[in-house]
Amino acid sequence: MIFEIGIYHYTILSAFLFFTGVFGIFLNRTNLIIILMSLELILLSVSINFISFSVFLGDITGQIFSLFILTVAAGEAAIGLAILVVYFRNSGNINVNEINKMRG
Amino acid sequence: MFASILFFIFSFLILASALLVITSKNPVNSVIFLIFSFFNAAGIFLIAGAEFLALIMLIVYVGAVAVLFLFVVMMLDLNFEELNKKTNFIKTGIITAGILITEMLVLFVYYPDEQSFIINKNNELNSLTNTEIIGSKIYTEHFYHFQIAGLILLVAMIGAIVLTLRHRDNVRRQDISSQVSRDQEKNVELKDITFEESE
Repeated sequence: MIFEIGIYHYTILSAFLFFTGVFGIFLNRTNLIIILMSLELILLSVSINFISFSVFLGDITGQIFSLFILTVAAGEAAIGLAILVVYFRNSGNINVNEINKMRG
Repeated sequence: MFASILFFIFSFLILASALLVITSKNPVNSVIFLIFSFFNAAGIFLIAGAEFLALIMLIVYVGAVAVLFLFVVMMLDLNFEELNKKTNFIKTGIITAGILITEMLVLFVYYPDEQSFIINKNNELNSLTNTEIIGSKIYTEHFYHFQIAGLILLVAMIGAIVLTLRHRDNVRRQDISSQVSRDQEKNVELKDITFEESE
């Protein structure tokens, strides 16, 4: 029965969201901001996976770890955007193909 | 039944707005669709029964992360036409996503029976609300993880401040020690004022 929402549906949703995020990284190779947003989408899909399994297994640990994912995502966004702002201040563009100053 | 229809609506909106995030021309539109995607994810969490995380999701993502993205997108003076040249990595991306989808479909074929891995269905915490269960677990069993999460946030905050702090030369700043250590003898000069007689 398709209208019975089971763990199948949550897992399929999370999988497709993950693919969208991975594909977004490849599609926008020049725009660093959209790459960061794709990372947020990937973390969201992992979070959906954790929460759905937590609910269906009756174990609260998945939701607690989803809270930690949220913490790490917030820190990652803050530091990533700070690096982006500093790089833009120094070089004037954020084109990923031209970020090669650390090449030895 | 109603929750099922809501689930399908929310999941369709999540996937559609995620596709719009990665394909839209303007990064501002991308951020708006990201916010919309997180809203619908919060709806999914509410349907699943995780109320606390749904609302925390709204507060943290929409209130902090998405606004941070919007701030950076609007602050950087970017040339969008230059950035939107799609690269020749599209083939690589399609191949990678196709491999991932194939792997996941193979896994779905060999999916176990749903009832076979429900291990803890009747626990004693069923009478409590979601927030009470999370609170009672996070301060007892996962206390060290909780403190490490706080440490991660502290490090992220210090790192972001250190990265973006910039000292300008011609700005007068507060120098507390020199301001407090001023004394009266050095800085105040008393003068006798003689009034001249007006004629």
